[in-house]
Amino acid sequence: MIERDEQTLTMVAAINQTLRAEMARDDRVIVFGEDVALSGGVFRATDGLLDVFGEDRVVDMPLAEAAILGAAAGLAAGGMIPVPEMQFLGFSYQAMHQLAGQIARFRYRTFGRFSMGITIRAPFGGGVRTPELHSDSLEGQMANIAGLKVVTPATAADAKGLLTEAIRDPDPVLFLEPLRGYRGIKGPVPDGEYRVPFGQARWAVPGDDLTIIAWSYQVEVATRVARRFAEQGVSVGVLDLRTLVPLDIASIVDAVERTGRIVVLEEAVPTGGFAAEIIATINEHAFYSLEAPPVRVSGFDTPYPVGLLEDTYVPDARRVEAAVTTVLRAAP
Amino acid sequence: MATPVNNEDLVGMLCEMIKARISSERLWALQRQGRIGTIAPINGQEATTVGATWALDPEHDWVLPQYREPMALGRYGPEILNRFAAWAIGHPLGGHIPEPIRVFPPQISLATQILHAVGVAWALKLRGEPGVALVFFGDGSSSEGDFYEAGNLAGVLEVPVIFLCSNNQWAISTPTSRQTAAAGFAAKAEAFGIPGVTVDGMDPVAVHEVVSAARDRALAGRGATLIEAVNYRLAAHTTADDPTRYVPPKELAEAQTRDPLVVFRRQLEDRGIWDRSMQSDAEVAGTQAIDEAWAWASNLPLQQTELFDHVFATPTERQRLQRDKLTAYLQDQQ
Repeated sequence: MIERDEQTLTMVAAINQTLRAEMARDDRVIVFGEDVALSGGVFRATDGLLDVFGEDRVVDMPLAEAAILGAAAGLAAGGMIPVPEMQFLGFSYQAMHQLAGQIARFRYRTFGRFSMGITIRAPFGGGVRTPELHSDSLEGQMANIAGLKVVTPATAADAKGLLTEAIRDPDPVLFLEPLRGYRGIKGPVPDGEYRVPFGQARWAVPGDDLTIIAWSYQVEVATRVARRFAEQGVSVGVLDLRTLVPLDIASIVDAVERTGRIVVLEEAVPTGGFAAEIIATINEHAFYSLEAPPVRVSGFDTPYPVGLLEDTYVPDARRVEAAVTTVLRAAP
Repeated sequence: MATPVNNEDLVGMLCEMIKARISSERLWALQRQGRIGTIAPINGQEATTVGATWALDPEHDWVLPQYREPMALGRYGPEILNRFAAWAIGHPLGGHIPEPIRVFPPQISLATQILHAVGVAWALKLRGEPGVALVFFGDGSSSEGDFYEAGNLAGVLEVPVIFLCSNNQWAISTPTSRQTAAAGFAAKAEAFGIPGVTVDGMDPVAVHEVVSAARDRALAGRGATLIEAVNYRLAAHTTADDPTRYVPPKELAEAQTRDPLVVFRRQLEDRGIWDRSMQSDAEVAGTQAIDEAWAWASNLPLQQTELFDHVFATPTERQRLQRDKLTAYLQDQQ
């Protein structure tokens, strides 16, 4: 093998490599979930781990999401570093009492005695014609759980850097992996140790006229839109939040101060969602730097729909372009 | 092999049961005086809790209680009662049982702790540590999904866990006949592929014996056991409950004749290892224990800004901003 400083990887390959590296680094790291061992995961994110680390550390679990997360809490209390997988984020509804009611509050309710250094990996988001509850974007609900960190990588490199950080974090992290991004997102990934600290957003595209704030796969959509506007001489920036909890407030304020115009993207239900949280944050910290009312482009206040309706539900480049145009034209 | 109980154990268990009953009644009175929040008495379940924990090795074995048991966990040292008193007052240190005590804080979200116990036992197995995890839950909790998921998982993983169903006959006002149509709660072990045992939960020696056997089995690498300890809730569900609305008086009167504090005391007197002066010494010691716990708990300092402590190891920027704002607000109010 040729030594390289970086390699081009899909997001799922970056995740797989990171899990291998972290399991090799610390033998307390244990990976478990539905179909993660023998089959290597339904997206092959855990492919090959069983052969390398054995059946004590790569474990196929009975089909019971609460058992997966409830056992993770006990493992963490018992000194392990659990990296459980929710096969799809929507399935975590069947474990919400363990996730929201237990894992996220364990450190708090024991006033620091029990850390829950758990990284819960979960695929989410639309665009691949899945059955019900496989595509729901629940990040806003999850960010509303005090005591849970919510991490949303948009590039292969960030998948590595943020997953490494998550596994080493002493607190519970929900690590959200976009379904469409597993193989649809590809890019350079640094070799060797690579960490991306939480709470530091990234300018995916620098811009002066308007900022699209996005996370996870919607950063791809936003970047495409920014390119089209660039061809017309309009400088649209894309701020990739990377982590929703903790939130990089300073970068959001910077975006408002630089561009004055904001569009926020999310695939989720808008009411009570995370785009609303971003706009409230702007109101609190940067209201007087706004040149136009911020706009969100979201799913709708409906359950995530069936396949023939999902392209209408999930924000796409055309819908985002329309919103950007509106905000660019808005004048006081 | 399990060590059979000797006279010293019998006396020790009765002392602990007396301490638990006195603590329970003291906390009830403190609630009635408006000095603490809601509390769930343990009256009638002392033998189950004390007998079970007497079979454990506090240095290696974990206990995951529900919300009554902490007042009867003297086996794990006086700190548990201190913390429980603080928990009852509503001080955040009440949930913090310090290292290296292998006891979890009280659990309110019923049955969730059964899965935690499986995880703790799994960690013991993976780390090759010689211990078990014993988890308490009630007859009502056995209807929760987490009970079934935990039993099933423990069966598959063969981890050293002991499921102790403390069946006090009532889930608030719901009798066991409305919880299950099964022939008892231990029968559910069949579906998990683990042994299920029913024991008289009013008899600490009997409970000690079955827990010892389950522990031996677990330490030998043979996995989990489900134990149903049949006892009776002699008091209300909590200070917020009125059991006269639903507990048949005759049934309660019958159960009172089996009160473990009366029956076990008589057994020890018959053996000639207990007498009136020991009883009064034990009562003094029990009173002193809860007095000391109360004194410790009610003198703990607390800043309102501790509201933010221990959500994360390091607070987020947003939490720091909120705390600073709250601090300024509270200073303004003074």
